[in-house]
Amino acid sequence: MSAGGEAKPGEPAKINLAGEFAQSGVGPVLQQLDDELIGLAPVKLRIREIAALLLVDRVRSKFGLSSQAPTLHMSFTGNPGTGKTTVAVRMAEILHRLGYVRRGHLVAVTRDDLVGQYIGHTAPKTKEVLKKAMGGVLFIDEAYYLYRQENERDYGQESIEILLQTMENNRDDLVVILAGYADKMDRFFHSNPGFRSRVAHHIDFPDYTDADLMAIGEKMLASLNYRLSPEATLTLAEYIPLRRAQPLFANARSIRNALDRARLRQANRLFAAGDQELTLGKLTTIEVEDIRQSRVFDQGSGA
Amino acid sequence: MRITQGCFSFLADLTDDQILTQVQYCLDKGWAVNLEFTDDPHPRNTYWEMWGLPMFDLQDAKGVLLELNACRKIYGDRYIRLSAFDSSHGWESVRISFIVNRPKNEDGFRLDRTEAQGRVQRYATRAYATDRPEGKRYE
Repeated sequence: MSAGGEAKPGEPAKINLAGEFAQSGVGPVLQQLDDELIGLAPVKLRIREIAALLLVDRVRSKFGLSSQAPTLHMSFTGNPGTGKTTVAVRMAEILHRLGYVRRGHLVAVTRDDLVGQYIGHTAPKTKEVLKKAMGGVLFIDEAYYLYRQENERDYGQESIEILLQTMENNRDDLVVILAGYADKMDRFFHSNPGFRSRVAHHIDFPDYTDADLMAIGEKMLASLNYRLSPEATLTLAEYIPLRRAQPLFANARSIRNALDRARLRQANRLFAAGDQELTLGKLTTIEVEDIRQSRVFDQGSGA
Repeated sequence: MRITQGCFSFLADLTDDQILTQVQYCLDKGWAVNLEFTDDPHPRNTYWEMWGLPMFDLQDAKGVLLELNACRKIYGDRYIRLSAFDSSHGWESVRISFIVNRPKNEDGFRLDRTEAQGRVQRYATRAYATDRPEGKRYE
């Protein structure tokens, strides 16, 4: 870059972007994001882009170039169980490392925490939450419930107005992440243009593929010191598409629930086997029958 | 007469930045920050009106500043004091308190002398401000 020739005394002539990156400490967080979260390629890409923008902005400000704090409010859309909350926690961490939020904590709320029950109750409640979120990230789950189209006297509107005002006036103090299902969020943004224009980053969380879910399941079990026997692995692979075809499928959350039930059955099986020597292998292995007993398989064959 | 009460009272009034730093110190220690206001500056008047509830569970001082500014908007003509309560076992008391807002004109105090039995003199201090009704003392 030619900036070296123009640098005034006291200003750095050159800044090593890689060095700056290492110094910010954001690398390990991004790496952790890559390692721990399976799939979600578009989400990871977007987060890298945001991190890069923030980093470049920081370097620009060292050269004395104008760098207005970018608007970082985001919306996360995706089906249930696609990792919106998990990513939000990481987001808070990344923004903190880059110095865009001062504390890096996450305050997760829903409509109940923001909207009051009677006149005059909403504003203090919303402000209370905003106060707690200062210096961190405010995560509003199922944000569209704030706005009830059918009831124009709904107190949610008041909450929305306070939120919008704070999002604008305290842009340096907190980052708001709105999350919810894609279609309802679209309708929400449509009826609240104020939100649409203040939210800079729309990140869509795709559904997981069957292979992703398999990997997620194995990761969950590993973190609990369980493992699947080779046959059980095959059974789980069979289970996932069957479960997906059923109603109320919630991606990773459904898998977690299925594995929780499998752990219950495994414990019960060990218990029912009565007086026997338990080995470490027996205690940690989930067998075919623990998964096979699931109702999902009955319905699959019965139908 | 400039009222001096609590911490930092012999320093110049704290700027908002300095208040933020102090509040952040309190929050990092896990204390709950309160805002109180009054228009009776008598030193024995220890129970001031509270502005809202004590602020629990805050992480960042900016939240307190929001409330302080809201309080100043309405009671900017009065004394506002910020205090931090330490609830940890063995302390359970206010650890720090300082004035963050004061009226433009502070009238000071009058010394009343009363003759009592014999030649005994009883003394009392009274703020000139309290001659006027509450709410109109620092207009």
